[in-house]
Order: sequence, then C-alpha cells, then structure tokens
Amino acid sequence: MITTAAIVRRYLLLSLLLGITGVLAVRVGAVGLSLHDIIAAVRGTADSATHTIVVGLRIPRVALAALCGAALAISGATYQALLRNTLAEPYILGVSSGAALGAVAATVFGLDRLSPWIIPAFAFAGALAAIVLVLRVALVAGRVLDRRTLLLAGVVVGAFCNAAVLLFLTFADAESFRSAVFWMMGSLAGATWQHVLLVAVPLVSGGVVLFGLARSLNLLAVGEPTAAALGVPVERVKYLCFALASVLAAAAVAVSGVIGFVGLIIPHAVRLMWGSNYRQLLPGAALLGAIFLVLADAAARTVAAPTELPIGVLTALVGVPMFVVLLRRRDD
Amino acid sequence: MTEIAWKAERVSFRHPGASRDAVRDVTCDLTGEGVTAILGPNGAGKSTFVRLLIGLLAPTRGIVQFRGRGLVSWPRDAIAREVGFVPQGEESVFPMTVREVVAMGRYPHLGPWRAETEEDRRLVRHALEDVDAFPFADRPFSTLSGGEQQRVRIARALAQHGSAIVLDEPTAGLDVRHEIELFALLRGLASQGRTVVLVTHNLSLAARLADQALLFSEGALVAQGDPRTVLTGDTLSRVYRWPIDVVQSVEAGGPLVVPRLTRPTGSPA
Repeated sequence: MITTAAIVRRYLLLSLLLGITGVLAVRVGAVGLSLHDIIAAVRGTADSATHTIVVGLRIPRVALAALCGAALAISGATYQALLRNTLAEPYILGVSSGAALGAVAATVFGLDRLSPWIIPAFAFAGALAAIVLVLRVALVAGRVLDRRTLLLAGVVVGAFCNAAVLLFLTFADAESFRSAVFWMMGSLAGATWQHVLLVAVPLVSGGVVLFGLARSLNLLAVGEPTAAALGVPVERVKYLCFALASVLAAAAVAVSGVIGFVGLIIPHAVRLMWGSNYRQLLPGAALLGAIFLVLADAAARTVAAPTELPIGVLTALVGVPMFVVLLRRRDD
Repeated sequence: MTEIAWKAERVSFRHPGASRDAVRDVTCDLTGEGVTAILGPNGAGKSTFVRLLIGLLAPTRGIVQFRGRGLVSWPRDAIAREVGFVPQGEESVFPMTVREVVAMGRYPHLGPWRAETEEDRRLVRHALEDVDAFPFADRPFSTLSGGEQQRVRIARALAQHGSAIVLDEPTAGLDVRHEIELFALLRGLASQGRTVVLVTHNLSLAARLADQALLFSEGALVAQGDPRTVLTGDTLSRVYRWPIDVVQSVEAGGPLVVPRLTRPTGSPA
C-alpha cells in the first residue's frame, strides 16, 4: 500500500525535475546562456539584451510549454475517465478541429493582421463552439450524456470542422496557407507573459476543481451506476468535468496550436508507473506533462537550429517510443 | 414486530419514452432484518425496483421511504452512507488493486478534499476480512476470478458502512460453489444485523435462504412474504409462463424449484 510520504516524495521528485528541465530549457537556444546569465537577468542586473532574451522570450516560452503540457495532460486524463476510453485525448471531442477552424478562418480572411490576439481568440472560440456543438448533438441523440453518443458526435463534428478547414485552405493565398498549416502543427514561438496568464488562470482554477472531483472520476471510470450508488451526482459531475477538461484543452490549443500525444500518453505513463487513482494521477500527469512539453519545446528549438521543428512532430516522435517502452515494462 | 427498512407506497416508474411502466403500482414493506430476495422473470422490473430503492431512479408516481424518510429528498452521498449497492456487470477501464476498489466504499464519507484517515483504512481492512478477500488485497482486481471479484464488490459496499446492502444479481455467471458461498456470506451479513436485499434468478436458493421474497411479473408485485408461501408451483408457473414444480426436500432442507422440461400440449401460453 502506498503511503502519504511516498506520494509526497514523488511530487517533490517531479517538481525538482520540472525545475531542472525548466532552467535547462531557458539556457538553450539561438543564444546559449549560463545559469549565471539567467540569475542576473531575473534579478535585473544583466545587460538589456540578455534581460530581453531571458525575461521577455525564454522564460515565458518555457512557462507556457509547462502550462500547456500540464493542461493537456489533465484534460486527457479527465476525458479518459469520463468517456471510459483509454484512447481518449484532449482533442477527441473536436476541440482541436474547432480551434483549427477558428484559427484558419482568421488567417485566411486576413484578420490576424489586426492584432496578435485574433488567432488565439478565434481558436479558443472555435474550440468551445465545437464542444458545445458536440454536446448538443449528443443530447439530441439521447436524453442524458451518453459516452458512446458523445464519441460519435465528437467524430462527426471534428470531421465537419476539418472539411471546413480544407475548404478555407483551398481558397487561401500561399502565405496564409503556410501560416495556417504551421499553426496546425503546433508551436510555442511568440509566447508572451499574456499567453502564460491565459493558460495559467484556467489551469490553476480548473485543476483545483478537477482534483476535488478526482474520486468522482475514479468512480465514473468504473461505471455510472456505481458512481451514483457511491454518492456522485453523476450528470452534474459529468457536465462540470467535460466543461473544465474542454476549457483546459481549448486554452492550450488557443496559444500553442495542435500539440498531439501529450494528453494521450502522459496520463497513461503516470498510470503505468503509479496506478490509476485520480487523486495521484491528476497532479502526477500535470507535472509530467509540464516536464515533457518543456523538453519537447527545447528540442524543437535546438535540434535543427536555426530551423524550428513543429513541436507536435517532436511530441509524437519522442512520445510514442517512450510509451512503447513503458507498455513493454508493464508486460514483463 | 420487526423493523421496516423500506416502505414503497403505490410506486410506479416509467422510463422516459417507454410505452408502459417498468414498475407498476407496487406497495410493500421490506423488513430491516434478514435477507429479502427480489424474484421474477427477465424484464419483470426487478432491477428497476432496486434502483428505486437506492434512489438511483425517482418514482414516476408514489413514494419510496427508507427508515421513515422519503428517498427523493436525500442527497446522493447521504444515501450512499446508508445503503451499499452492488450493481450488475460493472467493469473498470483502468487497472486497480483490490484495496483501491474497496476503498471506494469510503468515498461518500470523505467528500472532495479530505484524505483517507486511519479509521477509513481500518474499515476497508474489516470489509476485506468480512468477505475473506484480505489475502489478495494488493492484487490487481482484474486478475481475480468472477467469484472473488463479486466478493470484493460486496466488500466495497460493506465499506460504505451503511445499515443496508442491495445487490443486483450478485451470483450471475458464478458456478454452484461460488454461488452458495456468496449466499452464505450474505446470510452471515444479515445475521450481524445488516439489511440485505438481492435480486436473483436462483429460486431454489432464495426459497431456502431468504427471509422474505418479493415476486415481480411485468412490473407488478404479484406475491410477497415468506418465500415458502410465495414460491408455489401455481404462482411460479403463471409468472414464468412455464410449468414449474416446487418439491419439498428433506435433504436440501427446504423447497426446490424444478422447471419441467417441456410444456404440456394444449396449455395456455
């Protein structure tokens, strides 16, 4: 049986790892920086160029990577319990397709030139619109929120949005086409402190509420009658969890584009290492997701410098083999 | 006069969109002592009735009271602290240990934030011991046999630490020995003072081991009371629409329900 002290040790270890990877990620890039440079920049004693790089560019980017990783991992873990489906991930109910539609529409119509906030705003709105549409479709098909109907609704709404994206791209000029495709591959370039705040607020508030619902998620993963018999107001809790998981995914997508595999693989990795209790799974997944995306983004910036790789490509290329190793380890 | 656990007054329930009531005008008292068996053919409304008993469904008409209070007004977690439930055919999508499964029985007492206390762990241990599952407490739940899994689910219901436990077909899919062992376990729980209600298709075992029987047919309660008086050949043949004999057996220590192999020609369907 797992003791509280052991659980605390795990979180301390992961937090320490996150700290170390965070500092490493701030150091690497087009301009290599020493730990001394970073400390000086944070304390305000560095030259203005270093200060701009560290405080204005690198730290917000690394922080955004960490927050998006945590948000996607929590969102994926929540969907997996709600839909009772191990293949569920943050984008399964059309969040990414809706966000892509919003972002691509804004790009193709040239609205993105008006303000840097247009694309995140359109992507966020598109993601939420897709989720609302999915819920509406699922509720028309059945009186209560049924997970199978929801999955189907997610698939059809996603397919519809994807078709609309392709339609827009057909009529897009070369430049819009290129930036739209890059957005869809995911990137944390251009991260600012405002972006950080945009993800931090839903992540912290939604994360705390979801942690409070961790036991309900454990029960929902077993089955709805069981959950109801053990005191969960099932329909209310499902709506709340869907809403929170969707907002977390939408916030991440809005600022970073579509970054796949984090939300699918990280919860499973934590589950394989430490079991399926959501009281431990949610914080563990948040920390591991943050570490993973910080590393992936650092690699995306440096591996093929000066060309920056799409981060979604890296998360899949690195995440999938890692996951296979974990799966094999469990079978031994 | 024995204590009454549940009181149903003219209770009907119709699933939304259905053309007829799944439970139709049922009035009965369920004794607080011993084992109550809920019997009847497939589709007779047994599972719906137990869902009404634990407030998972609200009656379309009528009132269900538990220990003198109308169930509709109870919050879900308050019911869960009073009545343990073992549903039919549940399956977790994620791997869990036996102990984790039983610890879920403590959730209604913990609320969203509180961590498990020593007392919670003690009650989980007791529940595991009560069903003889303590030796495999740290094994993955999915590696257990069907009978062991069912015992663990009962332990979870016991960990809820209520005064009653309701089981929907707990012996479905179990072999003879496991079925008898489970019934013996439930009898033991009843003799410790818990109210036990179960849905079952094993009429012979119910006749010998239950203290009270409710026989459902097409949503209606057609007979209730001592199993020996409820389970007669005539009543069962009518309800199951199949010729059934009830044979008194000295060796078995009670009545045996024996369906015939063929329907006599010319009998009404």
